[in-house]
Amino acid sequence: MTMAAQEGRGRPVFGRRDPDARGYFGEFGGRFVPETLVAPMEALTEAYFAVRTDEAFIAEFEHLLRQFVGRPTPLYEARRLTEACGGATILLKREDLAHTGAHKINNALGQALLARRMGKSRIVAETGAGQHGVATATVCALLGLQCVVYMGVDDMARQALNVFRMRMLGAEVRGVDAGARTLKDAINEAMRDWVATVQDTYYLLGSALGPHPYPLMVREFQSIIGEEARVQCLASYGRLPDAAVACVGGGSNAMGLFDAFVADAGVRLVGIEAGGEGIAGGRHAARFAGGTPGVLQGTRTWVLQDEAGNISLTHSVSAGLDYAAVGPEHADLLQQGRAEYHFATDSEALAAFQRLGRLEGILPALESAHAIAGVEQVARDVGPGGLVLVNLSGRGDKDVQSIQHLLGDQA
Amino acid sequence: MSTRLEQAFARMKAEQRTGLVAFVSGGDPTLERSGEVIRAVDEGGADVIEIGVPFSDPLADGPEIQRSSERALRAGATLRGVLDLVGDLRTNVAAPLVLFSYANPVVRFGVEAFAARAAEVGVDGVLLLDLPLEEAGPTRDVLVAHGLAPIFLLSPTTTGPRVRKANDLGRGFLYAISRLGVTGVRDQVADDARGLVERLRQDSTLPIALGFGLSRPEHIRDVGKYADAAVVGSALVAQIARHGSSPALADEVRGFVRWLREGASA
Ligand SMILES: Cc1ncc(COP(=O)(O)O)c(C=O)c1O
Repeated sequence: MTMAAQEGRGRPVFGRRDPDARGYFGEFGGRFVPETLVAPMEALTEAYFAVRTDEAFIAEFEHLLRQFVGRPTPLYEARRLTEACGGATILLKREDLAHTGAHKINNALGQALLARRMGKSRIVAETGAGQHGVATATVCALLGLQCVVYMGVDDMARQALNVFRMRMLGAEVRGVDAGARTLKDAINEAMRDWVATVQDTYYLLGSALGPHPYPLMVREFQSIIGEEARVQCLASYGRLPDAAVACVGGGSNAMGLFDAFVADAGVRLVGIEAGGEGIAGGRHAARFAGGTPGVLQGTRTWVLQDEAGNISLTHSVSAGLDYAAVGPEHADLLQQGRAEYHFATDSEALAAFQRLGRLEGILPALESAHAIAGVEQVARDVGPGGLVLVNLSGRGDKDVQSIQHLLGDQA
Repeated sequence: MSTRLEQAFARMKAEQRTGLVAFVSGGDPTLERSGEVIRAVDEGGADVIEIGVPFSDPLADGPEIQRSSERALRAGATLRGVLDLVGDLRTNVAAPLVLFSYANPVVRFGVEAFAARAAEVGVDGVLLLDLPLEEAGPTRDVLVAHGLAPIFLLSPTTTGPRVRKANDLGRGFLYAISRLGVTGVRDQVADDARGLVERLRQDSTLPIALGFGLSRPEHIRDVGKYADAAVVGSALVAQIARHGSSPALADEVRGFVRWLREGASA
């Protein structure tokens, strides 16, 4: 038994499965950035590779994960949901109980510590659901850094509570009124800011996407999710789960969960994308179901695009999954046949949101509700006696208002 | 045999004047009228014309070029349409034509098919904004094999070894970005533009065109003291926005380019 297991908790893991020197996971990844950002990306990579083997840095990160974020988050056996699904035992990894209410804080904290180490005084970030924005605003307050968050104006409307939270934390929220006015457009604007301000500004990207080293770095700061869950599962059940399930927006909570199990061939890895109103009508964000390989926002990966290579407008009831590209490591896991990807529609996610509330007393984030919608099939596939781990990536308070609007009297 | 781009830079040198490189978005305001615009830019005296391929996510561009890209997309412009447009125009336009695109439309088209078609219609050079040297290798070789000049951007953050690599792999000219940031109209030439070009010269032999923020003849005159050519994009695109629905669009564009050329005269 390892030290960590004896202590009953996992630790983030660095350097386990690096991409190649150019940032490729197989055919996917790389660094497709304008010339001005090449040198800053190289400097960032160098700084990141230095801190991830620096014991003092990792000790501070882990200390704050415990004392500030409240880790480890519980692994909770969802008995009534298990019964209702009639299959394997469902275990919820409770990232919703992390400080600020989602897994996003793990990555925001790691990168903000890195930014401070690099001597940057100003942080820019993008946000979709607002959870990454809130997490970034929070760690900037903690470390005394200036914070600017870009957010699509449509997302500002549907996640108004999080906009207010960011402002209360001292961040400036700048609305983006371009394209679909959602996450992709916020990333474009954050990049435009950064290209002009690279000297004193750090771009704190919120998911396992974008140019190298972000997909690697974000996955490693999130690897604590799967590492903890693995230790907790072994401690409580004496064995690994049969499957691990997570929703996939850019792919950070899913990579954070999967990472600990990639080498365990017996653990099925299942990602759930946003099926929106269904694939046929084109109003969705299921990149693997409806997309093709392409290059967007710094990385080669699966993208929703038209014949001319323009990026499609996406749709999802969940702002955090409403994005036209997916993290490159997921594209590689699919290519290798190591992970599989399915989707849940808006209405399936809304149903799962309500079911988890009534059966378990937990209102999940709409993003996480997609994973809950997906886990039912997996639990039945695995069957009674099996174990299915699902990442409950965030809590649903931020979504209650828009769900009230959507469901009206049916709630 | 020297290429149209090499001839253009040789001519500027022989005439001892600064070159004017003009940027417009292909298909803005419509593919048809874009043909008139490009001819007017040529008649106005641009030495090289850059044609932007409209893209849904132009993350290196400021508001003027973002909006022109949106106008072109709304009017139905695509990479294929822009290539056809070049084919229609080529015999009527004297200046070398450089396509300016984000990587994804070219990747989607297929690099080989794109290069073949671009060469066929008479494109002279290709600049891919988000395909830096480290990613450009195979694409660059395909372009060169089709006789197209790969053009690389250099920025204040570009290191010496990378300048040398861009000079080795590039053809025609190098495009120096005068300041950190996205494209857009500025009142003044960046303070350290001269220092930048002088630094780049130490590691390169290709002609250098300097751009980002230039909008007036005075800027071009200024830049001509140290660079081979000056690039004007957003300011020209703003003229197209202003006169896009006017029958006098081509005259306005021609007049604006002539005015810019005053700064580029010997
Ligand atoms: C709670 C929650 N889960 C999941 C996501 C999706 O992002 P990712 O795929 O990076 O985990 C978000 C994004 O905003 C989120 O807020």
